[in-house]
Amino acid sequence: MELYKLQASELSQMLQNKECSSVELTKSVLGRIDAKEDQIKAYLSVDKEGALQKAQEVDDRRLKGEDLHPLAGIPIGVKDNICLKGMPATCASRMLENFVPPYNATVIEKLNQTDCVYLGKLNMDEFAMGSSTENSAFQKTRNPYNTDYVPGGSSGGSAAAVAAGEAVVTLGSDTGGSIRQPAAYCGVVGLKPTYGSVSRYGLVAFASSLDQIGPMGRSVKDLALTYSAICGKDPMDTTTVSREYPDFTKNLKSDVKSLKIGLPKEYFAEGVTADVKEAVMKVAKEYEKLGATLVEVSLPSTDYALSAYYIIASAEASSNLARFDGVKYGYRSPNYANLEELYENTRSEGFGDEVKRRIMLGTYVLSSGYYDAYYKKAKFTQQLIQQQYADAFTQCDLLLTPTTPDTAFKIGENVSDPIKMYMNDLLTVMINIAGLPAISMPCGFDQKKMPIGCQLIGSKFSEQTLFDTANCYEQLVGGFDLSATLQ
Amino acid sequence: MAYTDYETVVGLEVHAELNTQSKIYCSCKNAFGLEVNTQCCPVCMGMPGTLPTLNEKVVEYAVKMGYALNCTINPISKQDRKNYFYPDLPKAYQISQFDIPLCEHGYVDVLVDGEEKRIGVTRIHIEEDAGKLIHDDSFTGTLVDFNRCGVPLIEIVSEPDMRGSKDAKAYLETIKSILQYLGISDCKMQEGSIRCDINVSVHKKGEPFGTRVEMKNVNTFSGAVRAIEYEADRQIKALEAGEEISQETRRWDDAKGVNFLLRSKEDAQDYRYFPEPDLSTIVLDEDYLASIKATIPELPNKKIIRYMKEYGLPEEDAGLIVDNMEKSALFESVVGMGKVKPKNASNWILGDVSRVMNETNKPLSELNIPAENLSQLIELVEKNVISNSTGKTVFEEMLKTGDAPQKIVDAKGLGQISDEGALKAIVDEVVANNQKSIEDYKNGKTNALGYLVGQCMKASKGKGNPAVMKELLMGHLQ
Repeated sequence: MELYKLQASELSQMLQNKECSSVELTKSVLGRIDAKEDQIKAYLSVDKEGALQKAQEVDDRRLKGEDLHPLAGIPIGVKDNICLKGMPATCASRMLENFVPPYNATVIEKLNQTDCVYLGKLNMDEFAMGSSTENSAFQKTRNPYNTDYVPGGSSGGSAAAVAAGEAVVTLGSDTGGSIRQPAAYCGVVGLKPTYGSVSRYGLVAFASSLDQIGPMGRSVKDLALTYSAICGKDPMDTTTVSREYPDFTKNLKSDVKSLKIGLPKEYFAEGVTADVKEAVMKVAKEYEKLGATLVEVSLPSTDYALSAYYIIASAEASSNLARFDGVKYGYRSPNYANLEELYENTRSEGFGDEVKRRIMLGTYVLSSGYYDAYYKKAKFTQQLIQQQYADAFTQCDLLLTPTTPDTAFKIGENVSDPIKMYMNDLLTVMINIAGLPAISMPCGFDQKKMPIGCQLIGSKFSEQTLFDTANCYEQLVGGFDLSATLQ
Repeated sequence: MAYTDYETVVGLEVHAELNTQSKIYCSCKNAFGLEVNTQCCPVCMGMPGTLPTLNEKVVEYAVKMGYALNCTINPISKQDRKNYFYPDLPKAYQISQFDIPLCEHGYVDVLVDGEEKRIGVTRIHIEEDAGKLIHDDSFTGTLVDFNRCGVPLIEIVSEPDMRGSKDAKAYLETIKSILQYLGISDCKMQEGSIRCDINVSVHKKGEPFGTRVEMKNVNTFSGAVRAIEYEADRQIKALEAGEEISQETRRWDDAKGVNFLLRSKEDAQDYRYFPEPDLSTIVLDEDYLASIKATIPELPNKKIIRYMKEYGLPEEDAGLIVDNMEKSALFESVVGMGKVKPKNASNWILGDVSRVMNETNKPLSELNIPAENLSQLIELVEKNVISNSTGKTVFEEMLKTGDAPQKIVDAKGLGQISDEGALKAIVDEVVANNQKSIEDYKNGKTNALGYLVGQCMKASKGKGNPAVMKELLMGHLQ
C-alpha cells in the first residue's frame, strides 16, 4: 500500500507504531506530486527541502520517545491565500507574485504546535474569487477524476491535491462555497466552519465577514482532527468567539438515531440536476433507515441569497483589495508618470478580470446614493436569512442539501458567462451569509462519472453533530471511494 | 461696503492624538520622533491578511473627553471604514467611526472677553492616524514613514456656534487645556498632535447662514485665527462683488497666509463608508462608564471662573495659573491652608515660582517648593516678619536646601525688626549722617525720603521694617 493513499488518522497510528516514518510518508507524497503535477497542477509552490527537513525532525523526536500530536509528521498542503512565513503567498495573483509574508497566519501558528509537515502552497482562483480555479493568474488546476474538468473553486488546488494523493489533508478557505464546492467536484470532504471559530489572521481577506479557513481531506475523521487543531479564540482576530473548543475526534460518533434531518425544499428546486437530487435523497433515505427522521423545511429567502452574497462580498472585497496599490509590496506597474497612473496601471495590470469585476461591483454598491439600495438591503436580507435558518433549526437538528446544483463542468465551459459561474454558489453562499458550519461529503457519481457532493448544514458551533452525521454515512458506505483518483 | 454688517460663523473639527502607550489597532509603540519606519508592524502597515484589534485605552480616553465635553456616551457604537487612496494610508482605508460615534450631543463653555459662551459639540469619535510622506531635496520621489500609522486620534466636531476668530481661539485653547487636564494628549502643536479643519461661512446679520467653506491643514491656533480672518475676508469681498460662495474645500498655507482651492463640491471624495467587518461592536456597560466618569477632574474652563469668583483673581491671572496643572494644584494647596491671601499666593506662583520653573525647565515636583513652605513664606511676608525682598532671598535658600522658610529666617537671623526702640538708634544714626538729604527733603525734594529709608534698610542689614523706619524718619523731617 502506497502511503500517500492513506488518511491522516491511519497514518498517525502507523507513525506512532513506527510502522512508517514521516520521512517515508513525506517522500511518498512528494513522489506523488512529482508524478501527478504535470496533469493536475494543484500546487503553486512546493517546498520539498523544508518538508523533508521537518519530517526528519519529527522522526528524530519520535525516536527519542517524545509524545507527539496526531498530526505530527503528516504532510499538509496550504491554500495560497494563507500566510506561511518565508513561503510565497501569491493568492494566485500577479499582484502578489513575489510576495513572501514575514509572518504566519494564526492557523499556521496553531498547526506548528502539531509538528505537521508543510508540502507547499495550493492553487486557487485569484484572491479566492471564482468557482473553477480558472481565475488563477498562473495555472489551471485539473479535476483528478477527469482532467478535462475543473476541480471547482476557489480552493481547487486544495481539493484536487487531496483527491489525487498529493497531500493527506489541506487547508482551504470558504467565503461562499470555496471549500465545499471543490470538495464536491473532486469527491473529497470539506468543512466550512462556523464563522468566528477559526482565526482569519493571516488569511488574505476577500470578504472579511464571510471568510473562514477550513480543512479538506479524504475522511471525516481527518477533518475533525485538523479542525480541532486550528479552531479557537484568537486575540489577533476579534471576530473569533471565546468558548470551549473540544477535541472533535475524541467523541466522534457514527450514530444518527433520533436525529431530525431537515430537507429545505428550495434546495431541491429547479436548476438542481436529477442525478444530484437523486444522490442526495438516497443519502437522506439511508439516514432514515439508521433511525433519523426526515422533515421538510423551507428557507423562503433562498432566492435572494445569491444577490445579497455578491453585494456584501464584493463590497468588502473592494475595500480589502484597495491596499494592493503598488506602493508597499507586490506588483508595481513600470508605466507611470504620477501617483494616479501608478495606482491605475498597477491595479489594471496586476488584477485579473474577475477580481476587477468584483472590485467595480463592490465600489458601486458602496458609493453614495447606492449604499441604501444595495449594501443596506443586502445586510437586511442577511438578517432575514439568519432568522430563517434559526427558525428551521427549531424543526430539525441539521439540514441535508446538495452542495452544488450540478457536478463539475469542463474547463472553459463557463468562463465567458459570469452569471452561470455564480450559479455554482447558489446552494453554498447562504451558509456563509448566515455564519453557519457546513460539511460537503461525496455521495456518488452522475452520468458523466463525476462526483456528487451533499451538504450537511448545522446551527452555529454544531461541528460535532456535523462530524458525527457525516462520519455515520462514511462508515455506512465503508469510506469514501477515491480509488479512481489515487491510482 | 461695511464689514461690520457681516457675521462670521465658524465650526471646527479638532483632531487630537492620544498619548496611549501603544497604537490603536496593534501593539506598536505610540511615540513621536523616532527613526523612520521603526515603530511599525505588519498590522499597522496593512500587510495582507493582518487584522486590527482595538486598544481599549483609546476608548477610555475618548469617553473621558466625552464626559469632559458634556456628551452623551453611546453604550453601543461601531467602527467604519473610510475608503480612499493615498500613499500614507497603507490599507487604503482609515478605520474611523461614521454614523454611531462614541460620544455625541455635548457642549463646552469657553471664556471670551470675560463672558462665558457655550459651544455645541456635535460628536467625538475615534480613528487611526495615517503615516507621513517625506519629500527632500536629497532624493527624487517621495518616501513614506509609517511610524504614525495607527496612532490613535479623537476627532472633536463642534457645532457652527462660533462667531469669528476670537471665539474659535478661545474654543481651541479650552479644548487643549481640557485634553491636558485629562492627561490624554500631549498637545504638542509642533509635533502635530493637535490639528484642525475649519468650516467658515459669512452672512449679513439677521440673515440665514451663508455657504460654508472647509479649510484643511491648520496646525496652530494662531494659524487658525489667521485662516478664519483670511477666509471671512475673502468671502465678504466675493459677496460684495456680487459673486456666490461655493461649497468647497480649501487648503490653508500658513507660511504665505493665504488659502487655495483644493477641491470643489463636485469633486468631493466619496469615502464609501461601511461598517468595519474586522472589528466587533464597541459595547460599554454602565459600571464601566460610571468608573470613567468618576475620574474626570474639575476642568480648566470651570476652574478659571471659580478662581475669579471665589478668590477674586483677575481673569488673566486665573487663566495663567489654571493653564498649568501643577501651578493650579500648588495654588489650591497653599490657599487651602487658609493662612495667606489668594492674590499673594497667585503673585508668588506667577512670579518667582514660574520663573524658576522656566529657568530650570523642571516640573514643580522636582523643585523644593512644597505648598507648606510656600504658604509659610508668604505668611512671613504678610505678617511683616520679613520684608518682601528678604522673602526672595529666603525663597532662593529654600530652593537650594529644601529647608522651611521659618528655619531659614531663624538660622540666618533674617527676621524683620519692627520694634521702634530697636530701630530708633539706627534711624538716628542715618539722620545724623545724612543732613544734606534731610535738607533736600525739607526743601521739597520728596524723593529724598526713599533714599533715607534705603539707608536705614542698609544700616539694619535688611532686617528693619521699612514702614516703621519710615514712620521714625518722618519724625525728624517735620
